[in-house]
Amino acid sequence: MQIKLRVFRFDPEKDQKPRFDTFFMDVDPNDRVLDLLEYVKADFDSSLALRRSCAHGICGSDAMRINGRNYLACKVLVKNLHSDQITVEPLLGLRVIKDLIVDMEPFFENYRSVLPYLINDEALPEDGKERLQTPEERDRFEDTTKCILCAACTTSCPSFWSDERYVGPAAIVNAHRFIFDSRDRAAERRLNILNQQIGVWRCRTAFNCTEACPREIHITTAIAEVKQAILSGKV
Amino acid sequence: MTNIHQYDVVVVGGGGAGLMAAMYASQRAKTAVISKLYPVRSHTGAAQGGIGAALGNLEEDSPEWHTFDTVKGSDYLGDQDAIEFMCHEAVQAVYDLEHMGLPFSRTADGRIAQRPFGGHTNNVTKKPVRRACYASDRTGHMILQTLYQQCIKNNILFYDEFQAMDLLLVDGKVAGVVAVELATGELHVFHAKAVIFATGGHGRIWEITSNAYAYTGDGCAIVARRGIPLEDMEFFQFHPTGIYKLGILITEAVRGEGGILFNKKGERFMERYAPTIKDLASRDVISRAMYLETRAGNDVNGQRFFYLDVTPETVNKYAEIDGRTRPDGTPYRVTAQEILSKIPDIADFCQTYLGIDPTRQPIPVQPTAHYAMGGIPTNIMGQVVIDEQNTVLPGLYAAGEVACVSVHGANRLGTNSLVDLIVFGKHSGIHAAEFALGADFVPLPADPTEYVREQISRLHAGSGKEKAAAIAREMKAEMFDHVGVFRTQEGLEHAIQKIRELQERFKDVRVTDSGKIFNMELLQTWELGNMLDLALVTAQSALARTESRGGHARDDYPARDDVNWLKHTLAWMDRDQIRLGYKPVVITKYPPKERTY
Repeated sequence: MQIKLRVFRFDPEKDQKPRFDTFFMDVDPNDRVLDLLEYVKADFDSSLALRRSCAHGICGSDAMRINGRNYLACKVLVKNLHSDQITVEPLLGLRVIKDLIVDMEPFFENYRSVLPYLINDEALPEDGKERLQTPEERDRFEDTTKCILCAACTTSCPSFWSDERYVGPAAIVNAHRFIFDSRDRAAERRLNILNQQIGVWRCRTAFNCTEACPREIHITTAIAEVKQAILSGKV
Repeated sequence: MTNIHQYDVVVVGGGGAGLMAAMYASQRAKTAVISKLYPVRSHTGAAQGGIGAALGNLEEDSPEWHTFDTVKGSDYLGDQDAIEFMCHEAVQAVYDLEHMGLPFSRTADGRIAQRPFGGHTNNVTKKPVRRACYASDRTGHMILQTLYQQCIKNNILFYDEFQAMDLLLVDGKVAGVVAVELATGELHVFHAKAVIFATGGHGRIWEITSNAYAYTGDGCAIVARRGIPLEDMEFFQFHPTGIYKLGILITEAVRGEGGILFNKKGERFMERYAPTIKDLASRDVISRAMYLETRAGNDVNGQRFFYLDVTPETVNKYAEIDGRTRPDGTPYRVTAQEILSKIPDIADFCQTYLGIDPTRQPIPVQPTAHYAMGGIPTNIMGQVVIDEQNTVLPGLYAAGEVACVSVHGANRLGTNSLVDLIVFGKHSGIHAAEFALGADFVPLPADPTEYVREQISRLHAGSGKEKAAAIAREMKAEMFDHVGVFRTQEGLEHAIQKIRELQERFKDVRVTDSGKIFNMELLQTWELGNMLDLALVTAQSALARTESRGGHARDDYPARDDVNWLKHTLAWMDRDQIRLGYKPVVITKYPPKERTY
């Protein structure tokens, strides 16, 4: 099918302000949007800059705005967009560095702030083997282990757009993953962090994050569980 | 302007092996990681099915059986001392990961869950054994996340989005690496006592591949240009179940859970090629069977693909035929819901890219370039060894897919990639720190960035007559057609000639983006140069080896030839020529015998 692809361009070494480049191309409806960007690089303009690696929705490199919504470019097919006009822009709420590349550092800083690692200083089992955890205990946080830190959720959140100090849904998801892990012993510390002004209460339940998540994590539910844990003092 | 940094140990690469190495090295020595991707973007995260370790949580198993299965899987080209070491270390390595917080799937009694995988057997009964420890079907993702989390906890120092481009050697000793910072285009010299390469594989030299765009063989190319040989490069694994055309991996765990492969006649063709374990034979065996089925006209629609069927009807029918039972002895029967809960990500891939539900429809699959058995030669401590006598190059280490210990020999056993990167990542980190504490810095060369600047200016100075994308496309097609699952002398000679022609044409490529900031065109053009070099080394190594073994199958030499070829290939890039040498395979307990499944 014939499509019109508009791509956000900005070269900080040359351009005063961003522009859109337009490309007309013949594509397969089953092509990924990432494939289209690769066609641009191969056949039209090899200087287009973007991040990408695994190309099948696992590495989290290529989150971007496609027709006004956050997707991984490698996980959305042309036919899923139901349009022959496709507009690709960088994520909102993070500084654009060049073309589709944004500054991810504020995002990772928020992630690091919630202590996203197992904390348990108790002695390991004497036989040196695994700590036990029932399938039910594991199910409690299974959903939030799926996060690939692509930032599609956080950069779709109106609260984050208005204040980038807000830790954002991705950081809360990663806090949830440990708060509800039966092996972890630092839930209280994380809940205290998320109970602060720039923590979980900035969430206004817009649901954008859940819709944007390419891993289909029930983010709003996870955030609600964290809020509930803060209020009840129980996990 | 050049920035100079000084560390005891520099790790190049932020995937599973690099993060393990960094964690252990940093316990004793001042350590930094440089990585072209954010570490969580690394390809370790794409591993799905599991990590093999003989925990015996569901049935009897032992590291000895794991060792033998790996030796057999390697078609006897793996070094048995290294394999034995790895399989014994695997058990503690998996417990270590669990202690770090890895959310393994669990058995009913709360232990780490395990499932069958290709080539994992009970050595007495010869039946499949549950050895693959898994976290749903995203085991690699969880390993990468867990290690990165631990690195944050331990304040590991990262230089993210820094592309290493050169290894500095002075008088045969390591002095450091040179990298370009992608965000600024500036060159950085990392003066180091020890350098660990953990840069992953090079599957992107083939057209159909499960590998990430980043898998361009940078580590191998960098060290080869500095005179270090590459080992066993003719051995590259083609995984039999890549999604048709896209190459995206469908884990072997799908067959572990009962999935069956069919040809266009609806025949379970693996019965004919591996009568005992059928659809759970080693990957090379199944990929070759698919090729032979294609040649016999049994591929679907004449389009070189087959069906992988994991619908409950099919799984249950064949589980009954095979007499498969659950751990408690009851017959193995599954529902669509149970299948989905075991392979949710696979179901998601099928839905996204094929528009099908794998519990209702079969998945179209074909062999996909998946894993480099070959790479930078090392010993079991991760030290790089540079000749037929295994002479150590002081201060240089490699671990993970970029390295060739060799534990995978001619064909890697499923789940052993994760075992490899955990075990050898750890030991290279420990050993590099130990080495660094007892060593002095080797003074930097007078102009440490000279070679990198020269490479970069060449890429900007081409005539522009040729396009990088066209050269890449031709290389990938040539490699898939002639240096793929089956090879012949004629095809390999054709490939060598073609790659040399492409290397010539590559000199006429010009990078159009002259900017400094995130010049991804420059990076990717440089990566193409790496891939062309490795394609040539692969084809040359393959042409010389006149036998069939594991992942290297020759139509014109169909048998394994232990008399002449039970040895590792070493390939040196001497300017434009490839020079080959050989070294013996280490055999301890398991003398080579015929390999059947």
